[in-house]
Amino acid sequence: MLGLNRKDTTLLIAVAILTMFAPIILNPFPVDSAMAQFNAGYPDLMQRFVIFGIFAIGFNILFGLTGYLSFGHAAFLGVGSYSAVWMFKLLSMNVLPAILLAVLISGVFALVIGYVSLRRSGIYFSILTLAFAQMSFNLAYSVLTPITNGETGLQLSLDDPRILDGAGSAGSLPVTNLFGLEMRATETVNLGPWSWDFSAGYYVCALIMLAAFYLSVRIFRSPFGLMLRAVKSNQQRLNYTGLNSRPYTLAAFVISGMYAGLAGGLLASMDPLAGAERMQWTASGEVVLMTILGGAGTLIGPVLGAGFIKYFENIFSKINDNVLHTWFAVLPDGIEDFLVTIVHPFVGKGWHLTLGLMFMLVVIFLPGGLVEGGQRIGRLFRRRKGKQTDAEADASKTPAE
Amino acid sequence: MSKSNFTRRGVLKTGAVAGAGLALPTYLSAAAHTGFTNAPGDSEVVLGFNVPQSGPYADEGADELRAFELAVEHLNGGGDGGMLNTFSSNVLDGTGILGREVKYVTGDTQTKSDAARASARSMIEKDGAIMISGGSSSGVAVAVQGLCQEAGVIFMAGLTHSNDTTGKDKKANGFRHFFNAYMSAAALAPVLQSLYGADRNAYHLTADYTWGWTQQESIAAATEAIGWNTVNNVLTPLAETDFSAYIAPVLNSGADVLVLNHYGGNMVNSLTNAVQFGLRDAMANGKQFEIVVPLYSELMARGAGANIVGIPGSQNWDWKIENQLGSRYAGTNAFVQSFGTKYGFPPSQAAQTCYAQTLLYADAVTRAGSFNPCAVAEALEGYEFDGLGNGPTLYRAGDHQCFKDVVVVRGKENPENEFDLVEIVEVTPAEQVTYDVDHPMFAGGALGECNPGA
Amino acid sequence: MDAIILQTLNGLDKGSAYALIALGLTLIFGTLGVVNFAHGALFMIGSFCAVTLSRILSYSYEIVDDTRTDFLGNPMKVDIPYVHSWFGESAGQTIIDWSVPLAILFAIPIMLFVGYVMERGLIKHFYKRPHADQILVTFGLAIVLQEVVKQIYGANPIPTPAPPAFTGSLDFGVWLGFDPNTIIYPYWRLVYFFFSAIVIAAVFAFLQFTTFGMVVRAGMADRETVGLLGIDIDKRFTMMFGIAAAVAGLAGVMYTPINSPNYHMGMDFLVLSFVVVVVGGMGSLPGAVLAGFLLGILQSFASMNWIKDILPGIDQIIIYLVAIAILLTRPRGLMGRKGVMED
Repeated sequence: MLGLNRKDTTLLIAVAILTMFAPIILNPFPVDSAMAQFNAGYPDLMQRFVIFGIFAIGFNILFGLTGYLSFGHAAFLGVGSYSAVWMFKLLSMNVLPAILLAVLISGVFALVIGYVSLRRSGIYFSILTLAFAQMSFNLAYSVLTPITNGETGLQLSLDDPRILDGAGSAGSLPVTNLFGLEMRATETVNLGPWSWDFSAGYYVCALIMLAAFYLSVRIFRSPFGLMLRAVKSNQQRLNYTGLNSRPYTLAAFVISGMYAGLAGGLLASMDPLAGAERMQWTASGEVVLMTILGGAGTLIGPVLGAGFIKYFENIFSKINDNVLHTWFAVLPDGIEDFLVTIVHPFVGKGWHLTLGLMFMLVVIFLPGGLVEGGQRIGRLFRRRKGKQTDAEADASKTPAE
Repeated sequence: MSKSNFTRRGVLKTGAVAGAGLALPTYLSAAAHTGFTNAPGDSEVVLGFNVPQSGPYADEGADELRAFELAVEHLNGGGDGGMLNTFSSNVLDGTGILGREVKYVTGDTQTKSDAARASARSMIEKDGAIMISGGSSSGVAVAVQGLCQEAGVIFMAGLTHSNDTTGKDKKANGFRHFFNAYMSAAALAPVLQSLYGADRNAYHLTADYTWGWTQQESIAAATEAIGWNTVNNVLTPLAETDFSAYIAPVLNSGADVLVLNHYGGNMVNSLTNAVQFGLRDAMANGKQFEIVVPLYSELMARGAGANIVGIPGSQNWDWKIENQLGSRYAGTNAFVQSFGTKYGFPPSQAAQTCYAQTLLYADAVTRAGSFNPCAVAEALEGYEFDGLGNGPTLYRAGDHQCFKDVVVVRGKENPENEFDLVEIVEVTPAEQVTYDVDHPMFAGGALGECNPGA
Repeated sequence: MDAIILQTLNGLDKGSAYALIALGLTLIFGTLGVVNFAHGALFMIGSFCAVTLSRILSYSYEIVDDTRTDFLGNPMKVDIPYVHSWFGESAGQTIIDWSVPLAILFAIPIMLFVGYVMERGLIKHFYKRPHADQILVTFGLAIVLQEVVKQIYGANPIPTPAPPAFTGSLDFGVWLGFDPNTIIYPYWRLVYFFFSAIVIAAVFAFLQFTTFGMVVRAGMADRETVGLLGIDIDKRFTMMFGIAAAVAGLAGVMYTPINSPNYHMGMDFLVLSFVVVVVGGMGSLPGAVLAGFLLGILQSFASMNWIKDILPGIDQIIIYLVAIAILLTRPRGLMGRKGVMED
């Protein structure tokens, strides 16, 4: 289907189902239960899941296929966000032109930076990309403030021209929309104790993510993708066969830069603010971690990694002592306090600690990332099933004898 | 939270796109008729406290959080009541807000505008918070204030000192109790004149981002008005940790005062470096060389240790103020007492502003008789109050900025403990730090209209 | 002229911190082939060794002073350090004041041990894994280490001053015939520079003139052959990891009086130190030192006022600009070898 083989089609369909039903899947706990803290099905986080999924999918096209480890990809995300917000300020609150411009501008940036950086390989390439991104961040935070609004981040204001929209309602800021469909529009469905948010913005992001995912599958399976893998396994040999690998790697770099720009544009569309921190090296490092954590070079891994990190950042950081006490309230006082003391360092302001430990555990025990974890569990089930059929076969044999 | 923002025209335009999966029927939508975002139920109301819990300002965030917890406890009738007993308004009676028990959620801003907005959005979308407060830097405050304006909840700013928060980036749903760079400058200038005379040459080192610029601009203007000369203004990168390269040339520049427009970690490092280079003991132009840190933070002053001795700066509030300057600053001792009893040390100015903001919000809701942000904003605008530790204070309607006395402090010679690092030099009365709403340093923005959300 | 001398001094001083960290990073990379993202954390732990020692030395007992009251009106509790009561107040205070230099002795065994545990317990299992995995696991470790420090010591910087004998500054300019007060430089920064020079020289001498060092150098060049000769190269490499950790730790200990240590100082240095290592050339020890000093000096010059007037913001990006320029003209950095980390 759609030019994919059976396995990839199944994967795509599975991803499609997961994203379409995410508002339900991510809110498994009733609103008033103590576990509701772990619900992730609110619009902002769901949007972040898929947007950073797009970012990581794009990064994986470069890193997973060619092995070139860019440490400056956040710059493209930031550039995308800035272009999108400028589009909102100058042209229209419709997200479509903003996203298109974001992809275009970040593509141009990626072309320039990639052209220079790809003259080197290995860690020298990583440091070149890091240097470009850090320069962008430092300048955006200070000297380029007229364009980026520096520390505060680029925001909409009441007196922006917005040529296409004409005069909006005075006194309040317009909201981003897709031909009238407001990105922040949310329908809440209550079913018994459960509550699910169906957000227009989320579904726009999710559909774009599915398209981006499909495109990346096609790239992985194409002759172009094969060429990129050849670069990873042995670039020298490739060069000796008379092929110039540079145009291929540059194309991969630009494509992944455009993915980052798309993610940046979407971020700005969901929440029209572009901050310079989006370009800092920690943000670049984050996408590297997402990809490795999920499983570099696999199709679905980066998306899982993105979800994993964003979940910790947004859910674990909000668990404070008060919440802990309500969890353990049923226990006797002494044990309650003891448990709160034990758990306290790992949640709330200690969420970084848990994240760091998770990085270490995953990379130590699951060398292939989260995807490998999934495969192992899958194998376990299959083996058990296999044993069962063996046993059944044995059982069926016995009476015959 | 349930809202449907389809305009009629919009729906018609999108037609099929929207119709397919999104316009699901709303079952049991509880809040649809109340007309504002996150209208609380009958038993409880949720406030969102968004403070830095990781990164360099984590300790300041922790102190803000302590103050919030204390305020919630007092609002719900627990503890000794703290400043509720001294507050000039007495509609708060320890039964929560409008009879609803106060609950709160916390989040981590990471001192990044992006993360702060994500955290605030999760409070609004997931936890149903009706008010967001906290923060320890102006970038974050402006970003979250913008978000609250769009979402239709009230933002009660925490520690934010940039002129922009209630200047060019002011918003109808945002309120600031903390003072700002202009007030710092206006309060410091006369004190500096009496300390160091009117014939001085100042060299500015300024953190290269918006807050740093607004403070430098304010201080330069105020000191030039008393006759000082600004020799140079050098911008330093935010990420810089070693300021030696910026400090070294100061002594040969003809300046005899160094103004450090730095905050937090930058301030600790630049001040430490300046003292290392002997600036505090040096003579220049026949006068003793002086260092000024316009915005003090007690927590960070602790990080600079003995280097702050004798260095003047300004504060929004100090925990010793009622003891030293009398009952004009009533509320201070009540707050210090309940905070100190609960946590074992005196509160910082960040804690005080967060505590006061929470009480002010609760009070405004009670006086308005509604949680509707527009009603709350109306109750806060132009509100005059007293007994929250800062003396008589006005929440100005024109820009949602509080006007009150500014404390000028100086690093103490022999501190008795690590919480007693500064001594109060003088208090500049509110009239002297008041400015017009359309003052050029605050121009370029508009409050807009209050947004109740859905 | 005086400004240039002053900024050169500043650059050397900044550079010596970069060089020390980059040296340790290169030692680990050159011997073990591991990209250690936790190296900044080792620097930070070194700093906190000094903090810990000063806390231990000023460990106190409490007496209640009824004549004074604390901020709540209760009788004031006064802390008296045990060393004060053991050695008398002035001698005791001198011991506390000298805690940073004393911390050097305290930090060396601790850092060797930390390095040993890290290598045996974690890094060892990652020699054959891709660099990406090494980055992830050491980055995870760095986060864990800094969060643990944050939980113990808080997020605020902790002042750890130099001994009184080294506060104040030297009027350097008078020696060179300038007017008094034109070139003055803090004592402790000079101490830091000379200390770094000694440590760097010691590491080089150790590798150059001892049998151990010779074996390690041989192992860096060709690990397998050395192993085939019947030498237990793994054990020596483990020790090199310990030494590298100690170098980073010492850099941290001595840095505390310059800037008050905080839990995230390691991350602040991490990116810079990687840039330094790569500009120097992966795996080259002299390259790391050279690049450290070069970037330190260039950064100091870029923050001079007249340069900033011509090119605003140049001090924000100078390091990265130089890194790009060097990597484009010299493919393997200043002194890098062919084939190291290029795949």
